[in-house]
Amino acid sequence: MIIDAKGLHYRELNEQVRAAVAEGETDLTLLNVNGQRYIADAIDTPVSIIIEGVPGNDLGVFMNGPSLVVHANGQDHIANTMNDGKIIVHGDAGDVLGYGMRGGKVFVKGDVGYRVGIHMKEYKDKVPVMVIGGKARDFFGEYMAGGTLILLGLDTGGNGQDEIAGNYFGTGMHGGVIYVRGRLDDYQLGKEVKQLELDDEDRAVIRAYVTEFATDFGMDTEEILKGDFVKIKAVSHRPYGNLYAY
Amino acid sequence: MKTYQLPEVKIERDKDRCIDCQVCVRQCAFEAHIVDEDGEVYSEDEKCVACQRCVSLCPTNALTIKDNKPFVKDNANWTAETQKYIWKQAETGGVLLTGMGNPKPYPIYWDHMLLNASQVTNPSIDPLREPMELRTYLGSKPDKIDIKMVDGEPVLNTKLAPQLMVKTPILFSAMSFGAVSYSVCEGLARASKELGTFWNTGEGGLPQNLYEYGPNTIVQVASGRFGVHSEYLDAAAAIEIKIGQGAKPGIGGHLPGEKVGAEVSRTRMIPVGSDAISPAPHHDIYSIEDLSQLIFSLKEATEYTKPISVKISAVHNVAAIASGIARAGADIIAIDGFRGGTGAAPTMIRDNVGIPIELAIAAVDTRLRDEAIRNRVSVIAAGGFRNSADVIKAIALGADAVYLGTAALVAMGCHVCQMCYTGKCNWGIATQDPYLEKRLNPDVAAERLFNLVRGWSHEIAEMLGGMGLNAIESLRGNRLHLRSIGLSTEEMDILGLQAAGSPMA
Repeated sequence: MIIDAKGLHYRELNEQVRAAVAEGETDLTLLNVNGQRYIADAIDTPVSIIIEGVPGNDLGVFMNGPSLVVHANGQDHIANTMNDGKIIVHGDAGDVLGYGMRGGKVFVKGDVGYRVGIHMKEYKDKVPVMVIGGKARDFFGEYMAGGTLILLGLDTGGNGQDEIAGNYFGTGMHGGVIYVRGRLDDYQLGKEVKQLELDDEDRAVIRAYVTEFATDFGMDTEEILKGDFVKIKAVSHRPYGNLYAY
Repeated sequence: MKTYQLPEVKIERDKDRCIDCQVCVRQCAFEAHIVDEDGEVYSEDEKCVACQRCVSLCPTNALTIKDNKPFVKDNANWTAETQKYIWKQAETGGVLLTGMGNPKPYPIYWDHMLLNASQVTNPSIDPLREPMELRTYLGSKPDKIDIKMVDGEPVLNTKLAPQLMVKTPILFSAMSFGAVSYSVCEGLARASKELGTFWNTGEGGLPQNLYEYGPNTIVQVASGRFGVHSEYLDAAAAIEIKIGQGAKPGIGGHLPGEKVGAEVSRTRMIPVGSDAISPAPHHDIYSIEDLSQLIFSLKEATEYTKPISVKISAVHNVAAIASGIARAGADIIAIDGFRGGTGAAPTMIRDNVGIPIELAIAAVDTRLRDEAIRNRVSVIAAGGFRNSADVIKAIALGADAVYLGTAALVAMGCHVCQMCYTGKCNWGIATQDPYLEKRLNPDVAAERLFNLVRGWSHEIAEMLGGMGLNAIESLRGNRLHLRSIGLSTEEMDILGLQAAGSPMA
């Protein structure tokens, strides 16, 4: 089913999307999307939604199952508090991706902004995964409590940044794991994390997600895996455990 | 390191009465009562937190807990408390932690307000014989309503925003599962259903077994997003975005890993034993526009069927902030004054940050009226309401309803010892220890809460009737029914009150 979003307020567009999903549509294409917010907000059905144009903030917020493909750039707050599903962005994306994300996958081909992967968390079989093809700005993985973030640093984005990531990397991180294809200088890291060498398990995880990422974007898996990866984890699950006088 | 801290209380054990039954030993999680090798029970004053659990349960009334503040020689500045804090920090290097609300002797403005009553010219109403309406609708009201006549009957032609209907203007404040025990949550949920009001999950998620109380539940979305998913949002009657808390404005929450057991883990959806950190800011909110974005993401998620509340702590610029929140699209603004409680807060912040709820209610109500947007939001006031007189004064000042937190805990057995952050609550309230938690029976907790709110509601009806009013709606923001006593003109100006003795204007 095709919905033309031209000239529609987000409220009208999302009403039409929800109505189509309620009627049992499983494949939707949204044309002429131009900044409409909250697309697929809290949708619990595993439908497929193709988005042509640039979706607005909070794409996939509280989403619980759908697959979204964006054939353009994305904006801020993609996958906010997302529970399950998959979001693929064929361009760059903005700030605060995956805030409090608890499950599902987000793949961005290009670069991302600030505070990406903030407060991602995992619980039992719910392990969120985010793979960024390009580079990231400051506070990548801030307060991260669970899940897997992979930052590839490929030349696939448009923000013109030289370094693979900004500063305050993993600040407040107390769970989960980040893999970076490249090295970070120690000054870029938050004081709660350290860089570690990979083990075989890490390499298997990276291979699995990079293969899926490369397939989604028509890229060469082996070429990406040639890069030198490093693992970044929290030093403690209780970063602020000794702060108080009892 | 040897501590220089001195005991603050004295445990007196009447040996003529004590039968060495060891009830006190078993009841005290702080281990202030000890049994020696000969089976004789004795006590260690320095461990006592004065929660009165042992006193309440001693079968022979052998125990008394007495104030035993160390004597400080001629000094109002370097008090026993100041010295204790310095020693505690000199011995640990840590941030001072505490629980409950601000206990300092700041002015309690409720005690400087007097209610009106009718005499002769405007007769009072007896609520025992005549209808008295305490029902309150919380949510955004339209600027005007359009009524059309259909077959000679008036029909509302304006689409109203979703409302919460409370049978009495008293709701239970946000207290998260994790900070309080499961029994507390169940007691609050059941009492709310019985009373026709609402309890609030706080940011700790909604335990699976309490989903059936969803129609009486307000769920919170806070910066940590614990247990937030579409089913949780769908289950609730309303959703509250937590920005701040009166006990600790400007700082976030932090549930230590030792309180994250199996059930808290399941409800918050985080691993057992991991810290649950709620950063002070929501990192998707840096402006009123960003707040609006989160409000509407929740409205979209629930298809505009539930009111969205935004809870803030009462701070200096609260009126302008409330105006922004109303304009951002919130249906309800919850304001928590500096006497609002907490399971854990840094002592210096609890005792020194924020403003009294009385001033905040008046400032916010005045500002929203001046801007002609008061109808767009309902205001729920929170932060240390002690009795029904405080509640009715808050409504006369301009609140639509109030949240009870501490008073609800006291109803369930809390003695305000302020040790919530230790997780050792002997009353089974602020603990996740199964041995302690089972001391609070949810049946009894629900009954005590029901009784409290029933009693307060009757008192509110009596006071309303005394003023010649038969609906709480008629009192809301009606500050002519209040008079101030013993306040400065600046305070009276902010509160919008005339002095006691001045005539009705």
